[in-house]
Amino acid sequence: MPAMTKTAEPILEVTGLVKHYPLTQGILFKKQVGAVRAVDGVDFALGAGETLGIVGESGCGKSTVAKMLVNLEKPTAGTIKYKGEDITKMSGRALKAVRRNIQMVFQDPYTSLNPRMTVGDIIGEPYEIHPEVAPKGDRRQKVQDLLDVVGLNPEYINRYPHQFSGGQRQRIGIARGLALRPEIIVADEPVSALDVSVQAQVINLLDRLQSEFDLSYVFIAHDLSIVRHISDRVGVMYLGRIVEIGRDAEIYDHPTHPYTQALLSAVPVPDPEAREHRERIILTGDVPSPANPPSGCRFRTRCWKAQERCELEVPLLAVPAEFRLTTDPTAHDSACHFAEEKHVVPTDDLDDGVK
Amino acid sequence: MPEQPYEPEGAIAATGMGGAMDLAMSEAETLEKGPGDGNGPSDKPRSLWSDAWLDLRRNPVFIISSLVILFLVVISIWPSAIASGNPLKCDLANAQKGSAPGHPFGYDGQGCDVYTRTVYGARTSVTVGVCATLGVAILGSVLGGLAGFFGGIWDSVLSRITDVFFAIPVVLGGLVLLSVVTSSTVWPVIGFMVLLGWPQISRIARGSVITAKQNDYVQAARALGASNSRMLLRHITPNAVAPVIVVATIALGTYIALEATLSYLGVGLKPPTVSWGIDISSASVYVRNAPHALLWPSGALAVTVLAFIMLGDAVRDALDPKLR
Amino acid sequence: MLLEVRDLHVEFRTRDGVAKAVNGVTYSVDAGETLAVLGESGSGKSVTAQAVMGILDTPPGKITGGEILFQGKDLLTFKEEERRKVRGAQMAMIFQDALSSLNPVLSVGDQLGEMFTVHRGLSRKDARTKAVELMDRVRIPAASQRVRDYPHQFSGGMRQRIMIAMALALEPALIIADEPTTALDVTVQAQVMDLLAELQRELNMGLILITHDLGVVADVADKIAVMYAGRIVESAPVHDIYKAPAHPYTKGLLESIPRLDQKGRELYAIKGLPPNLMNIPPGCAFNPRCPMAQDICRTDVPPLAEVDEDRRSACYFWRETLDARND
Repeated sequence: MPAMTKTAEPILEVTGLVKHYPLTQGILFKKQVGAVRAVDGVDFALGAGETLGIVGESGCGKSTVAKMLVNLEKPTAGTIKYKGEDITKMSGRALKAVRRNIQMVFQDPYTSLNPRMTVGDIIGEPYEIHPEVAPKGDRRQKVQDLLDVVGLNPEYINRYPHQFSGGQRQRIGIARGLALRPEIIVADEPVSALDVSVQAQVINLLDRLQSEFDLSYVFIAHDLSIVRHISDRVGVMYLGRIVEIGRDAEIYDHPTHPYTQALLSAVPVPDPEAREHRERIILTGDVPSPANPPSGCRFRTRCWKAQERCELEVPLLAVPAEFRLTTDPTAHDSACHFAEEKHVVPTDDLDDGVK
Repeated sequence: MPEQPYEPEGAIAATGMGGAMDLAMSEAETLEKGPGDGNGPSDKPRSLWSDAWLDLRRNPVFIISSLVILFLVVISIWPSAIASGNPLKCDLANAQKGSAPGHPFGYDGQGCDVYTRTVYGARTSVTVGVCATLGVAILGSVLGGLAGFFGGIWDSVLSRITDVFFAIPVVLGGLVLLSVVTSSTVWPVIGFMVLLGWPQISRIARGSVITAKQNDYVQAARALGASNSRMLLRHITPNAVAPVIVVATIALGTYIALEATLSYLGVGLKPPTVSWGIDISSASVYVRNAPHALLWPSGALAVTVLAFIMLGDAVRDALDPKLR
Repeated sequence: MLLEVRDLHVEFRTRDGVAKAVNGVTYSVDAGETLAVLGESGSGKSVTAQAVMGILDTPPGKITGGEILFQGKDLLTFKEEERRKVRGAQMAMIFQDALSSLNPVLSVGDQLGEMFTVHRGLSRKDARTKAVELMDRVRIPAASQRVRDYPHQFSGGMRQRIMIAMALALEPALIIADEPTTALDVTVQAQVMDLLAELQRELNMGLILITHDLGVVADVADKIAVMYAGRIVESAPVHDIYKAPAHPYTKGLLESIPRLDQKGRELYAIKGLPPNLMNIPPGCAFNPRCPMAQDICRTDVPPLAEVDEDRRSACYFWRETLDARND
């Protein structure tokens, strides 16, 4: 793992990010009848060289956040500051320049590559859109270098995507993301479509590229084990909001939000010895609809600690008052009125692999 | 289309198997590079088009129908190559006569040579079919494609307009609109077909553009900062054009048949234009005395329409990704 | 033994060649026991299950050898009519994608009730009552009201419960669950797995759990069969395999998954890709990816050797594997 290099000045700062999709009725003249609150007030910062993991279940808004970061969706409200400049207000040339620096790796390696283009055309397309990055004569060489960097044979340049396996296609997608030498890569579930034995290859590749190219990652996934492996800090999302955020050990070993605790305790651990002495929190019910989220704390409908206060008062994402004076890992941002630490990930009987 | 030698390969082997089958057919080679990487993917580029072309070349339906169409195209460009006579030079003295030396198909009611008229009629049919299809395909796919890509109010408006056009019965519309036209050229008929035909293509183009637009690779191009025109031309059109081609090919045959129908009803083409429809119409009056005058133009029409529809079918089979 | 699969072979004939999907699979499961069949895509784990259920598409699939003994009788000798009586009533299957496995135009009550009207000859009214009972049993809230709802009106977790209810309707002796929780979120996944395990205990059913998730296996299985390229490469009681795998593939898999409880160093990655089933490497199918491969692995197919009483490994070097560490 690259050393955690959290600098004082964040490279990306997200404040009050909101995305509502209007629900409309009518055939020709549409009338808004409500809104799906996919993302409803998200704040976080990403330091240079850092990996921020964002986890959550389907429908929590994590993919929508990713799309807004790379400008595929326009936020309804809020700011995304790249090196201090708000990219949501940009357009034209300024926006194009910023886009170069924030690139995305997609989830599905089967739909994210144009089947009618050769690998060379796919990886070379960024240079056609941003011709200032590489003069025409150099492009073929650059594409071959990129293939080499991601662990593919540079001679594959004239092949079509369907001639590659899922893992190889994901490498092609990563090469395309690297072409413009971005500073930030937003990866939306980059390994979830791959076979177990191939996942590790791609994760290792992402790890290696980070130190080689000084990348900062926003790594979005539902698999908590993979997120822990790759992230320096982790944010947990539920129904459009971040409920808890902190360094990886703070979240995994000292979670204080009940949702994080339930999520962590539900992850199957590949250790049959653990099944007897593991405490599992089984949540009841399903995630409420983001078109009609519960008042107050959004998790209260499934929370075993919920009280009247949770219904009336929205808990803020901050260090809970009871931990504010300590310096131990429990003192991190958690949006719960009744935050308390609970160990849910068994650690005692395992050798410590942290370097 | 580039011609590629066919080489069976794991990549497309899953044909015909259910999605539940977890066969890693395409996982044919290792990720390791460097020495010993002799078993990488085959180096021959294979795209949808080259796969489709391979499929077509092995399909007898395609070969027969394209030979028929090729022949039709040749005789409509040089009808004099196989028919030395003049289709408009008629002698009433020969009216309704059967076949004679140099006039294998006999004569029609006006004493014109049926063989010459049938050969020259091909030009009209092919012109009408090709021009109407081109007009419909261009107008329909541009309107439908743009509506699908940009969406919003224009999409809603266009969808309602196509609904209106779908409600017009084609033959009735032809009787009403074309009966006021006096020109004897093919253009009013072609114009009418384009006017009523474009909504069909526009609907298909709109649907396939919307499908292609949702693909991650279009999003990926957008995230790179690609312009709308790049996304449309480079990413969406190549992936959305196949259904349009298929439907247009099948429609071509129906336009030829529609021209004959309108001409038969007297609102399509008018003499002195030579057309199968006109000949069928006039021959039907004296069908008992000279059935051959009806038989030959109708036969030519049927074979032509069938050839285009079969071609369309073969192209659809080759391009339909669900079958491959 | 409730179910015994012996030396099963399945092929798929396609226009591009013959794909050998299953090449001599042997496993067994007893009443009340959970067997996890672990493998990646293309390992043949689902094809084996489809062959056991008798729902393999033939053609292109073809069972070319072996026996499937269910309660002592070889199902492969049954006529289709007899086979159909076994299906649903004595063995049932749960699929990954509950939405596409349920009929969208029938209410869930009708679909559950159908099991009783068809197999048990109950009246529609009695079948409806049974359907509500079943929905209660899989803990669908307000079952008596929701029995008239259609599949799309339920959430993913609830739909998977309905699938389980349907599989359990006739109290079969054997349940085959093919990636039952892969499509679900982690909190819902835990609910569904718990429910399935509980009902299995209650009804003393045999359960074959097909999955690629080593975590799920560790949570519920009694014994594991690991499949690779249509063969079982290792079978063992669940505790043994996680403690010390006896096949390099199992070992590689276990070391390649990131852990929730530690940040860890670089992941061990099995090099290469699973083989093309039309062109399985000679000898041990895993040899091109194996760090321990010797000449014999490239020429001879390793037999499933006995490691100890209830443990087998198809590796010539299982002793070395037990001791070694991948680094």
